Order: sequence, then structure tokens, then C-alpha cells
Amino acid sequence: MTLAAASHGFLSPTGVEIAFLLVGIVTLGAAVVTVTTKQLVHSALWLVVALGGIAVEYLLLTAEFIAWVQVLIYVGSVVVLLLFGLMLTKAPIGRSPDADSGNRWAALVVAAGSAAALVWVVVDAFRATWIDLDGPVQGSTQESGRSLFQYWVLPFEALSVLLLAALVGAIVLSRKHGAAAAERGAVAPSTPTGPAAHAPGEDR
Amino acid sequence: MHLAYPAVLSVLLFCTGLYGVLARRNAILVLMSVELMLNAVNLNLVAFDVWLRDTLHAGQALTLFTITVAAAEIGIGLAIVLLVYRNRGSSDIDRLRDLAEQAGEADPADRDAQQPDTKAEATA
Repeated sequence: MTLAAASHGFLSPTGVEIAFLLVGIVTLGAAVVTVTTKQLVHSALWLVVALGGIAVEYLLLTAEFIAWVQVLIYVGSVVVLLLFGLMLTKAPIGRSPDADSGNRWAALVVAAGSAAALVWVVVDAFRATWIDLDGPVQGSTQESGRSLFQYWVLPFEALSVLLLAALVGAIVLSRKHGAAAAERGAVAPSTPTGPAAHAPGEDR
Repeated sequence: MHLAYPAVLSVLLFCTGLYGVLARRNAILVLMSVELMLNAVNLNLVAFDVWLRDTLHAGQALTLFTITVAAAEIGIGLAIVLLVYRNRGSSDIDRLRDLAEQAGEADPADRDAQQPDTKAEATA
């Protein structure tokens, strides 16, 4: 342990560490604004900053393929989906005073307590552990693709089946209501509980 | 790089997401906080994969799988939230209390008044 500390220089950060720290502060700040701001659309936009910061952290950890996947999927599509969801549920554009529920102080206590406990445990456990970022790149597209299609083919294919199931499920969830409404409109208008035509995700 | 940097960053991001899940009222903001928590886990997976120099690259493969599962989760979750919004005209989690255990038949306004202890009732 003392040898490791001596070889790496205790409390003398390298350039990568300084960059990681600065990007990490920006990421954490954006995440905190995301969960605390009163303006719902701003919350989604700050989430872009947080997820983009995590992509930069992946790049600093030499996992470049995952960084670009993060940019493509999270920043590209998930945030757009969330913005569409906010718009379709008619989220207020300005400040909404009831964005936080009544138990936010309990939530703050739980989050601060778990943060303190986890930071203590993690720092104590990995006090003398260094990541060796020199040498061959760990997460290039070539390396990731080779390991993914040599050792992880079966989970990869199972994941494609899962994605198909999620796609079909999302279509069924959003479509069944339209069919049920059309049926109801044809048979008896404004009967809110047609038991035969209810989707499984609905209340009863 | 010291391993504590990514580990502590992911811990703090996870706890930020935890606060968001517990404190937010809008269902879509809760989904955003869940995304933050999943991203914290992904950062941990990548950091430990690079640290261990795994020949199978289990951490990075699992990160890709987590990203995919999170994308599927957000799709299904948003479909459910939109369905609930269409049926109820609201996506506030505090007001969706059909599954809560009802002690007697108290009227809804009375139940909505006692909000701070709704979590404990909802899990019962």
C-alpha cells in the first residue's frame, strides 16, 4: 500500500484527474439542478448537461465506444422522449410551485445519509487503488466489438428480444386505448369503464 | 487515475437520483431521476472494468446492456405515464393512490391532506 502510494504520488493529481474532477463537478451540479429546479422543461435540459458530462467521463476513462453510445442513446433519444412526454402531459412551461412533493425533507435526509455512508465506505475501500490508464486503450470500438461478439453473443441476442418486447409493449400500451375509445364511442359514448377493452397497464 | 474519483462521483450521482426519485412529484421527473441513478451505475461499471483490465470486458458489455435496458424502460415508462395521464388528467404521483390500502372509507380529500406519510401507506 505504501509502495503504491509512493509510486503514484499521494495528493499530486495528474492532468487526467484534474480534468475528471472539473467535468465531474459540472456533471454533479447539472444533476443537482435537474432534481431541484422548479421548471420542468429546464430539468430535462439540465439532464442533457449531466448525461453529456458522463459521456466525457467515459472518454477520460478511455471507454470511447460507450461514450459515443451514451451520446447517441441518452442525449439523442432518451432526452427527446422525455421532452415529448413532458409536452404530451401538458407540463407547465414556467415555474411550477408544486414540483416537489411534501416529503422532500425526508428525501433530503435519506439521500444525504446514504451519500455520506457510501462515500465513506468507497473512499475507505479504494484509498490506495489506481487505475492504469496508460497502455492499450481499453474501450475502443474494436475491443468492445470483439469482446461483445466473442463472449457476449447470447446476452446480446436476448437483449434484442427484450427490445422487441419493449417495443411491442409500448405500442400496445399506447394503442389499445385508442381502439377502446373508438369502440366505446361507437357503442355507448362516455362510459369510462369498459371492462373488456381495458389495457393491462390501466388502473383495474 | 485514483479509483476514488469515479467511485465517489458515481456515489454522489446515485444519491442525487435517489433524492429526485423520493422528492419529485411529476412522474416524468421521477423517470429522469431513475436515469441519473442508472448512469451512476454505468460509470461505476466502466471505471471498474478499466481498473481490472478484464479480458472479457464484462463491465463495458454490461454497461451497453444497461443502456439498452434503460432505453426500453424509459419507453415503457413513458407509455404508461401517458396512458395514466389520458385516463386521469394528471401525472402527479401523489394523487395516484388507487392501490393504497384504505383504512375504512375516508373521503379522498381527507387522504390527500396527510401527504408526508403517504410513502409508508403506499408500500403497505
